[in-house]
Amino acid sequence: MTPILSVNNLYKRFSGLVATNDLSLNVMPGETHALIGPNGAGKTTLIAQLQGELAPDSGTISFKGRDITQEPPHRRSQLGMARSFQITSIFPQFTALANVSLAVQAQQGHGFKFWRDAWRDPALNGPAMEALATIGLDHRAQIVAEDLSHGERRQLELAMALAMKPSLLLLDEPMAGMGRQDGQRMTRILSGLKKDYAILIVEHDMDAVFALADRVSVLVAGSMIATGEPQSIRTDAAVKAAYLGHRS
Amino acid sequence: MADQSNPSFSLSAWLRGNWPILLVLAALALVPTFAAATDNPFLIRLFTRAVIFSIVAVALNFVLGYGGLVSLMHSGLFGVGAYTVAILAFHDYEATKFLGLFAGTDNLAISMPLAFLCAMGVAALTGIISLRTSGTYFIMITLAFNQMLYYFFVALQQYGGEDGLQVLANLHFADFNITKRTTFYYVAVGVLTATIFVFARLVQSRFGIILRATSQNERRVVALGIPPLRYKLMAFAISGAVTGLAGALWASGQAFVSPSDLSWVRAGDYVVMAVLGGMGRVWGPVLGAILFVLLEAYLPSWTQFWQLPFGIVVVLIVVYLRGGLVDVLGLTRSKSASNTEGGHA
Repeated sequence: MTPILSVNNLYKRFSGLVATNDLSLNVMPGETHALIGPNGAGKTTLIAQLQGELAPDSGTISFKGRDITQEPPHRRSQLGMARSFQITSIFPQFTALANVSLAVQAQQGHGFKFWRDAWRDPALNGPAMEALATIGLDHRAQIVAEDLSHGERRQLELAMALAMKPSLLLLDEPMAGMGRQDGQRMTRILSGLKKDYAILIVEHDMDAVFALADRVSVLVAGSMIATGEPQSIRTDAAVKAAYLGHRS
Repeated sequence: MADQSNPSFSLSAWLRGNWPILLVLAALALVPTFAAATDNPFLIRLFTRAVIFSIVAVALNFVLGYGGLVSLMHSGLFGVGAYTVAILAFHDYEATKFLGLFAGTDNLAISMPLAFLCAMGVAALTGIISLRTSGTYFIMITLAFNQMLYYFFVALQQYGGEDGLQVLANLHFADFNITKRTTFYYVAVGVLTATIFVFARLVQSRFGIILRATSQNERRVVALGIPPLRYKLMAFAISGAVTGLAGALWASGQAFVSPSDLSWVRAGDYVVMAVLGGMGRVWGPVLGAILFVLLEAYLPSWTQFWQLPFGIVVVLIVVYLRGGLVDVLGLTRSKSASNTEGGHA
């Protein structure tokens, strides 16, 4: 089976700091792959390079068998890569439904349509409501996004990603800043999505990581120090020393 | 659920949010009658100015209020439209050829669409450069382009240079004489009405929603797979085109255009009009433009230092009415209320 996402020998340096150091990584179709590592290990930098917001200094990124290293971010999204941000990134003045409708619209092609009322377009609102229902936010569809709770905004971001009908979800700490209850709900939502999507997830919540991931990769100071099944990662001595040990 | 997600258009809901503009347009339509009754033809002149500035303010607000782009070159784009009409009329009157190539025309049915297209072209060309920047840099670059346009027309000695260009030809629109003061005023009100209607459609179309989303969170728009530049460019070109059309009306109405119409101070005035009126509604800037023109006309009769009270009025409105004059009418949507429009219009 060929990987849906394949990262080969990626380097990224910020003046003195090596943020990504000879990093290689594969995400297989249908796999949930977790990326863990201490703060400052370069996880978000890696996600940003995968999504295209940052350009790597060297190395290649292939997505669905195609080299996308030079593709701009919006092209990568069109190809089926959907990112959720570590710091919630939504449209605060739109309703939850309108936020997701925009994602549907992006997925349907260009937006050079100047006349028809898009707020009331069933071709947009239908799939948007479906995505909201999938993550259990449909009852909040008409609420302006800035009035949603933090947990709901994280869910909304996920709904926007789903509405893009992606083949790969890049989730950058989807549980960041959530309380225990919201975090558990998000874990349940994600385990429901697992079977339908390939997922690369960055997460600090170890309960969630070990509950969701098929494989776990450990990133320390820009280098991948281990990749494997959750159980073997949990017992890996180098990982314990570098990371897990600090947290418990 | 389908009902909830796809509410149908409701006239009463629309009226609840937009009745003031119907009132304002009706009042504007009555100005000539009132002017005749009170034997005060100056009123028509004054309101022609207010109506033409309203068109610019509405067009500007499309990129300002909905696109988050503070443009200081809309007086320049206005000037491009105005000079297009004036220069073509000049060549028609002199029976010479523009650049030795094209004959001039006194037919507005030709020169007005040309003014629209020329302003659109200038907006698009400058937009390609300026829209790659944002925030303060965007303001400074548009200001620089405005000054370039200003000095360009100052430098055209053939067309009056600094003194401006008088339209001596008898302008007409196809077979209609529209330059009679009252007729012309009604034409301007008609163009304003059409402008409001078109922009009201635009801001809730797919295109308009992308523009509004871009101003809220451009990074997110990119991450959804939408390249924002082409949408911002299109919006800027449309806004510029309508502004050029307003300039064409200006040149026909006064039979005169001068570089002072392109000054950057005027560009700032347009921004003030939009902010005063309220950027959250397509028609909000109309209120701002009318108030602006009235204050500008009547305050000087009370005091020669009229700009002082004028400034105080602007400061008070901006401080106490964050949504502009639209706020006085209680029409800014409450944030927590659910609404079916998908966002603050």
